[in-house]
Amino acid sequence: MSQTLSKNYVLFDRNTKAFVYGYQTNAIQRMLDFDYICNRSAPSISAIINPSRAGIHKAFWGSKEIILPMYKSISLAAKAYPEADVMVNFASHRSAFDTTMEALAEESIRVVAVIAEGVPERKSRIMSATAKKQGKIVLGPATVGGMTAGAFRIGNTAGTIENIIASKLYRPGSVGFVSKSGGMLNEAFNIISRNSDGIYEGVAIGGDRYPGSTMLDHILRYEENPAIKMIACLGELGGEDEYRIISALKEGKVKKPLVAWVTGTCSPVLPASVQFGHAGAKADTHKETAQAKNDAFREAGAYVPTSFDGYGDTVRQVYEMLLSQGKVLPLIEPEAPKIPADYSKALASGDIRKPTTFICTISDDRGEEVLYAGKKLSAVMEDQMGIGGVIGLLWFKKELPDYAARFIELVLQIVADHGPAVSGAHNAIVASCAGKDLISSLCSGLLTIGPRFGGAIDDAAREFKHARDMAMTPEQFVSDMKRKGVNIPGIGHKIKSVKNPDKRVQLLISFARANFPSTELLNYALKVEELTTAKKGNLILNVDGCIGILFLDLMTSCGAFSKAEIDEVVRLGYLNGLFALGRSIGLIGHILDQKRLGSRLYRHPAEDIAYMMPSQEDIKCRR
Amino acid sequence: MPVSLEYFAIREIFWLFPLERFVNKKIIEAAKVVLDMAQRGIREYDAKRLLARFLPEYLNEFSYNGDLALVGPETDLEELASTHSWLKTARLVVKPDQLFGKRGKHGLVLLDADWDRAKKFLQENMGAQVAVGGITGKLSHFLIEPFIPHEEELYVAISSDNDGDNIFFSMQGGVFVEENWDKVIRFHVDVLDGMDGIDIKSRLPEDLGEKSNAIENFVKALWRFYAETGFSYLEINPFTFHKGYIVPLDMVAKLDDAEEYWQRKRWSGLAFPEPFGRSLSKEEQFIKDLDSKTGASLKLTILNPEGRIWTMVAGGGASVIYADTICDLGFAKEMANYGEYSGDPNTEETYYYTRTILDLMTRRIDPRGKMLLIGGAIANFTDVAKTFKGLVMALEEYQQKLQDADVKIYVRRGGPNYEQGLKLMRSVGGRLGVPIEVYGPETHMTRIVPMALGGASV
Repeated sequence: MSQTLSKNYVLFDRNTKAFVYGYQTNAIQRMLDFDYICNRSAPSISAIINPSRAGIHKAFWGSKEIILPMYKSISLAAKAYPEADVMVNFASHRSAFDTTMEALAEESIRVVAVIAEGVPERKSRIMSATAKKQGKIVLGPATVGGMTAGAFRIGNTAGTIENIIASKLYRPGSVGFVSKSGGMLNEAFNIISRNSDGIYEGVAIGGDRYPGSTMLDHILRYEENPAIKMIACLGELGGEDEYRIISALKEGKVKKPLVAWVTGTCSPVLPASVQFGHAGAKADTHKETAQAKNDAFREAGAYVPTSFDGYGDTVRQVYEMLLSQGKVLPLIEPEAPKIPADYSKALASGDIRKPTTFICTISDDRGEEVLYAGKKLSAVMEDQMGIGGVIGLLWFKKELPDYAARFIELVLQIVADHGPAVSGAHNAIVASCAGKDLISSLCSGLLTIGPRFGGAIDDAAREFKHARDMAMTPEQFVSDMKRKGVNIPGIGHKIKSVKNPDKRVQLLISFARANFPSTELLNYALKVEELTTAKKGNLILNVDGCIGILFLDLMTSCGAFSKAEIDEVVRLGYLNGLFALGRSIGLIGHILDQKRLGSRLYRHPAEDIAYMMPSQEDIKCRR
Repeated sequence: MPVSLEYFAIREIFWLFPLERFVNKKIIEAAKVVLDMAQRGIREYDAKRLLARFLPEYLNEFSYNGDLALVGPETDLEELASTHSWLKTARLVVKPDQLFGKRGKHGLVLLDADWDRAKKFLQENMGAQVAVGGITGKLSHFLIEPFIPHEEELYVAISSDNDGDNIFFSMQGGVFVEENWDKVIRFHVDVLDGMDGIDIKSRLPEDLGEKSNAIENFVKALWRFYAETGFSYLEINPFTFHKGYIVPLDMVAKLDDAEEYWQRKRWSGLAFPEPFGRSLSKEEQFIKDLDSKTGASLKLTILNPEGRIWTMVAGGGASVIYADTICDLGFAKEMANYGEYSGDPNTEETYYYTRTILDLMTRRIDPRGKMLLIGGAIANFTDVAKTFKGLVMALEEYQQKLQDADVKIYVRRGGPNYEQGLKLMRSVGGRLGVPIEVYGPETHMTRIVPMALGGASV
C-alpha cells in the first residue's frame, strides 16, 4: 500500500493508484501519458471499471503498448487492486451518485473525483457527508479534477501534454492551488508557473453549490504539507466558502502566505438574471459579493491583487519574498520530458510521413460524401447515370456515353438468368437446399463461372481481336484455330442453332447496329459464323461471344478508350465481370426461391448415375 | 474536518437573515443577482399543485384539494370556468403568478371576489405593464383560488445548506414574519440522518395548544415531500387552519432542476418561467436558440448597445474575469455585452456567434472607435484553430463595417493548436486592414483589457 495513507494531507503522490470509472479512452491515455512524462515507475491506473464490458484495454506507455484490466463492478476491481485508493468517476449525472456511493463503501477507496455536471444538490450533499463521516474525500461534482505535479493527474486535468510541459507540471513546484472553476485551472497553472517555481498541487472543487470538498478543506491540507510553501486560491462570488478560509486565516490555522482573488466583481453592473457559468456563483447578500470577499481576504492578511490582472504579479511578489527569506530554495530544473506524438496527430500536422500499403483510384469515402472516380454520389444521381454509368466510373474510371451505359445495362439484363438447369444456377440451388445462407449459396453459383460456363466473354474478345489485329481473313482465322485444335470461344451453343436462333444475340446486335458508331468486329465475327455454321448448324455466334465482340466494338468506336486501355481491358479480363454481375441477379433469385419454397436437401437420384467401379485388379499397385 | 467556531458564528448570522426567505424580493431587486442554473423558481400554481397532489402520500390528515386555476395570456376564461366549476360558485382570490412577491403591497391581489369581478380584474390587468421593485414587466399569468377567510397566519419554510435542511416555523406568519424573526423556530435535519430522532413537538410554542400535533405531523410530512420532490426551497407564508385542516395561502418554491431525471413523473406538466421583467432582445433570443440546439455553451447578454467595449470570451470562468477586469479598471459603463462561447462549439456556431456580436457593435459609429476583446483562458481540449476559423469567417464578412466603426481587435487565447489559431488571426488582421493584436499564453489572460483600454477615455 502506498505511503499516502500514512499522511492525511497527501491527496496523491507518485505511487498513487487509481480506478477510472467509465470507458474514457482519451482520458485514460492522458493519465498514462502524464505518468510517463513524470517518470513514474508504473502507470497510475490499476484498472478500468466499465459496467458494460469486462476484459482488457490496450493503451500506450510511452511508445510501448500495455494492457489495463477492465472490470464490470467497483467491488470486483477493489478486491483485485486493494492498493488503488482513488476512483476517477466519469459516470454520467444519472449514475454519478450511485457509483460514488458504491466506491465510498469500499474500504480501500479513499478519494473519489466526480466529473459529471448536473448531479442533484441533495445527492451531492449525501456523497459529501458520507465521505466526511468516513474521513474520505469527494472532489466535485462538476469538475475536471485536479493534479499533483510530477505525480498524478485526474483524467483530463491540465489539458494537452504540450500545456503540461509548458506549465512544468511534470515536476513539483511549491505552490498549492485551489479554485472552484475547472475551466480556469489550466490558466492558473500557467500563471503560477510563470511567476514562481510552479504548482505542487492544484485542485478544482467544482462549480456546484454543494461541492464534495471545499476550498478550505484543500487549503488546510496544503498548510500541513511541508513541501508546499505558499497557497493560491481563486474564489467566486456567492456562497460562504471564502469566509471559512478567511476565518481560518484569522485564527492562524493558515499561516502560509495565501494569494487570493474572488471573481465576479462585475456582478453589480450586470442586470438581473445574467447567467454565470456556475450554479454556485450567485450573490444573495452584500457579504457574498466578490468585492466584500476580496476586502475580507485583504483584511485577514491574504495577498489580494486589485484585479485579476494582477494575480500573477502578486504570486511573483510572494514567491520572491519567500525566496529572499530562504523559505523556498531555487529550483534546479530537470530536463523537460518528451512524449511520443500520436501517429494521427503527427500525420495531420505534417511532421511525419509513411509509405502507404496500397492505393485506391476508384472511390473515396473520407469526405462528407462518397466519390465514384472523383464524382460525388449526389452528382451521379443528378446525372441519372444508372447502373451502366456507375460501372463506367468504378470499372473503367470513365463517364461513358449514354448509349454505352445503356449497352452495359442491356447486357446485365440479358445475362441475368437462364433458367435453373444451367450449372451456375443449379449449384446455387443445391447449396440453398442444403441450408446454406444466401451469400454462401451465391458464391457456390458464382464459382461455377469459368471457361465452359459464362466465362467465354473475355476469351472470345481476345481471340477475335487477335485475329483482327493480325489482319487474318475469317477463313484464315477458322483454319488457324482448327490447326491449333482449339474451339473458337464465343462460337457454338448446346441447343441454339441457325434454325433456332438465340434471341438474346439478336437483341444485342440490333442495339449495337442502332447505336454504335461502328460494329466492325461484329461484322467480322458474323463472317466467321457463316463459315462455322456451314459446317454445323449449332456453331453460331453465342451470347458470350457476342457480348465480348460488341464490347470491343464499343470501346474502339466510342472514343473514350485508347488502344492501350482496350488491350488492358481484354488482358485483365474485365468482361467476365459483366456476366458474373448480371447472373448474380438470377442466382440470388433462385436461392431465395428455394428458401421460400422450403426446399429440402437435394440428393441426386442414384438411378441417374452410372456406377462403374474399377476392378480389384485395376487398383492393385503394380510396382 | 475541523470547523472553527468562527465559522459557526458566521453561519449563525446567516440564520438570522435566511437569504432564501427573500427570494421574491431578491428577484425583483436583482441588480446583482444572477439567474441560478440549478435552483429555479416555479409558479405558486405549480407549487400548490405539487403540494395537493403529493403531500397526502406523507400525511393522512391533509385535505387541501388544490382548487387552482392558472390564467395565461391565451386562456379562454369561459372554458376555464367550465373545467373548474368552483370558479362560478366560490368566493375567489386572484393574484399574479410570475415569481415576484409583495403582490398585496402593489395592489395586485383581488380578494373575496365573485367570478364576474375576477374576470373583470383579469381583463383589466392581463398584459398590463407594472413596476415592481424597480423592474418593469408585463403581467401575463394569474393564479385563481378559493378565498379562505382566516385570522390565524402561520409560517413554515424549508431551505438547504451543506450538511442538511433547515425547517423554519413561526406562529407569527404573514407580513409580520420578518419583524418577528426572533420567534421563528429552526429545526436542522441532517442530510444523512433525516427526520429520525428530531424532537419537533416539544419545541413548538405552547400557544399552539391542541394544534401542535397537527403541526408536528405537517412539518414532518412537508420535509419528506420537500426532500423527495426535488425542492431546494419552499415557503408557505402564511398557512392557516380551515375547518380543522391546514390550508396553504401563499406559497413560494424553487426546484433543483438537476433532479429532472428522477422527478420526471412528479414534475410532469411543470415549466420553469422566466424571471419577471426579463425580455430578450432579438439577438439574445437568437443566441439562446442557438445554445439550445447544441452541446456547446453560447450565452449573450447585451448590457449597453452604445458601449464601446465588446467581448467574445471562451469559457464561463474566463468571461466573468474579463468582465471583472473591465469593471475594475473603471469602464463598466462602456461594457457593451456579457457572454461566453465554450464547450467546443463548431465552426458554424462560432461563426454565428461572432456575426451577432459584430453586427451589434458596428451598428452605431462612435467617433472614439470601438474595441473587441476576443479572450479566453488556456483551453483544455477545445481546438483553438478550429473555433477561430468560424470567427475569421465572420470578421471577413464584416470587413467594411469593422473599418467604418473604427474597431480595434485584441486577441488572447491558449490551448490545443493555439499557435495555428493565433497565426490565423494575425493574418486576417493584415488582410482586412483592421488593427488586431494577438497574444498567447505567455501573456497574462486579462492583459489585453488594460492594453485595449489604455488608449481609451471614459
